[in-house]
Amino acid sequence: MDNQFFVDSAYLSPEALAKKHRLEQDPFYRKNHMEYLPGMEIIQSDVCENVMAQMHAYDASQYTAADVKAALAHETCTIEDFKALLSPAAEPFLEQMAQRARLETSKHFGNTVYLFTPLYIANYCENYCVYCGFNCYNHIKRMKLSMEQIEKEMKVIANSGMEEILILTGESRGQSDVAYIGEACKMARKYFRMVGLEIYPVNTDEYKYLHECGADYVTVFQETYDTDKYEQLHLLGHKRVWPYRFDAQERALRGGMRGVAFSALLGLSDFRKDALASALHVYYLQRKYPHAEMSLSCPRLRPIINNDQINPLDVGEKQLCQVLCAYRIFLPFVGITVSSRESAEFRNGIVKIAATKVSAGVSTGIGDHESKYTGKENADVQGDEQFEIDDNRSLDKMYRDISEEGLQPVLNDYLYV
Amino acid sequence: MNNDKLILGGHEFNSRFILGSGKYSMKLIEAAIQDAGAEIITLAVRRANTKEQESILDYIPEGITLLPNTSGARNAEEAVRIARLARELGCGNFVKIEIMRDSKYLLPDNQETVKATEILAKEGFVVMPYMYPDLNVARDLVNAGAACVMPLASPIGSNKGLATKEFIQILIDEIDLPVIVDAGIGRPSQACEAMEMGAAAIMANTALATAGDLPMMASAFRQAIEAGRKAYLSGLGRVLTRGASASDPLTGFLRD
Repeated sequence: MDNQFFVDSAYLSPEALAKKHRLEQDPFYRKNHMEYLPGMEIIQSDVCENVMAQMHAYDASQYTAADVKAALAHETCTIEDFKALLSPAAEPFLEQMAQRARLETSKHFGNTVYLFTPLYIANYCENYCVYCGFNCYNHIKRMKLSMEQIEKEMKVIANSGMEEILILTGESRGQSDVAYIGEACKMARKYFRMVGLEIYPVNTDEYKYLHECGADYVTVFQETYDTDKYEQLHLLGHKRVWPYRFDAQERALRGGMRGVAFSALLGLSDFRKDALASALHVYYLQRKYPHAEMSLSCPRLRPIINNDQINPLDVGEKQLCQVLCAYRIFLPFVGITVSSRESAEFRNGIVKIAATKVSAGVSTGIGDHESKYTGKENADVQGDEQFEIDDNRSLDKMYRDISEEGLQPVLNDYLYV
Repeated sequence: MNNDKLILGGHEFNSRFILGSGKYSMKLIEAAIQDAGAEIITLAVRRANTKEQESILDYIPEGITLLPNTSGARNAEEAVRIARLARELGCGNFVKIEIMRDSKYLLPDNQETVKATEILAKEGFVVMPYMYPDLNVARDLVNAGAACVMPLASPIGSNKGLATKEFIQILIDEIDLPVIVDAGIGRPSQACEAMEMGAAAIMANTALATAGDLPMMASAFRQAIEAGRKAYLSGLGRVLTRGASASDPLTGFLRD
């Protein structure tokens, strides 16, 4: 595999280093990534089977311009049409796809763009995912905010006018257990109208508990639907268990969450197959849980701490735009979120075509909203960032920019009932 | 025409255009009131539940009736809670019930709608239920205390017009409450057609919100609705569905 991902921190002990190298080099030293760990709930579901059958059968090179034209001519987009729109044959039709996507977006969402901000409350992680800045072998400043610190951060964010928050943690049950995250949700309900979670996958009863604490949306990124590639990238920890992660959204819905969000990290494997699988994950789950709200994100890898060589060029902006247009045409009703990893120019353009939600006032570090929002330095309570962001716009600036584009920024369209 | 009022829960309205809430903006509300003559403006409670600087509540002029809706509700219980919250927020007694268990087509759940209507009507709300046009359900809604019924013309936001025309006609013929056509009306001509059929009013949003010239489209809707209403009241001319009318009647030979 591509060993440009591997970075040895100078702070690791010889024993840790030896284990890390063995994990990297010896596949038989690693646990079976398709096998559940003790305590992980197994649910009966046919969603995964359906998604994977479609993905394995997909050969993007088989589609022609005629297939793409036919797909664009159809009033409703079938799975076959969607496959054509994701294929290289659709690249010359990007403008037509964008026109169609814009029409679908405006039919379902008008000209609104929703705004939210993420809040990282802890960056401890028990996993070794080779591409991630928070991985357990990376030497970064680890941090877990206390409830007082969380409240302080939330006050700063709420004062900026933000009404929707996405609470994130690193994937460590040991450091950030469900009770801790639940307390953070209860706190968030005091300051925000909408509370989402992006944490490690948990069992149905735990999702139910977190929902009762005030969270109503759960985001889990599958990273890649290519299980072999997944095995090579997630070498250690509970995150290594691919099927438990796949069923997270379904467990969240069974636990009473209103909505769920999905994505592959485009660029880890064949992005067309990953985009197909992400959208079909939504498609099949929506058929099974028609009341649920669904949304898709579209992260690509960004440079991370201790590893700035990672710069996958296989998903360019045009290809990302193609994926998002195809998502919109195939699933006109789903939300599409574009994070601040993308540039301001890209986000300004894509909200006119397909995206319905963007983040603003973003910090991916821990405990640094006060310094970022107010300029007040407080270096001792800050943990390192997961990744660098590109679009640094504050809520105010984003709100103005969206309005100036002729769109309508929306801070809340949600009731916890 | 001057005495031709739309009556909902004892309140009289001159306008038969109601602005829906799907895609709202201040410009849209302005155009709906000034150019379409709207006297009732729908408001999604979930959107009004905001600290946002541009709260819709600050923009509703005197004399306009707010119609809070329960969008976001997935069952009767949630709709009831949202309706009560709307009353607490000072939105008045009107409520439009929207209950969706389907995030793809946003089709209303008729059964849950009947349940919510019954509860809220008893609590003194003027209940306006959004529904799929089914005669039995419409009758249940009447019995539950609804102030009108609001059948959909086609899927919300689709601008596809009167896809359920035959069934809406049945409701108009059989239900004694105002039948307000909601969702799917994409053009003034479709609004006009529904009014000719005897619909009491039209609710629309997307058709205006996505128009090139908002005020002009709003005024086109006003004229279309008025034209359709006049045609209905005047009694439409007969429509010949099978061939030409014989100038010599078949019964001309009868002598007494």
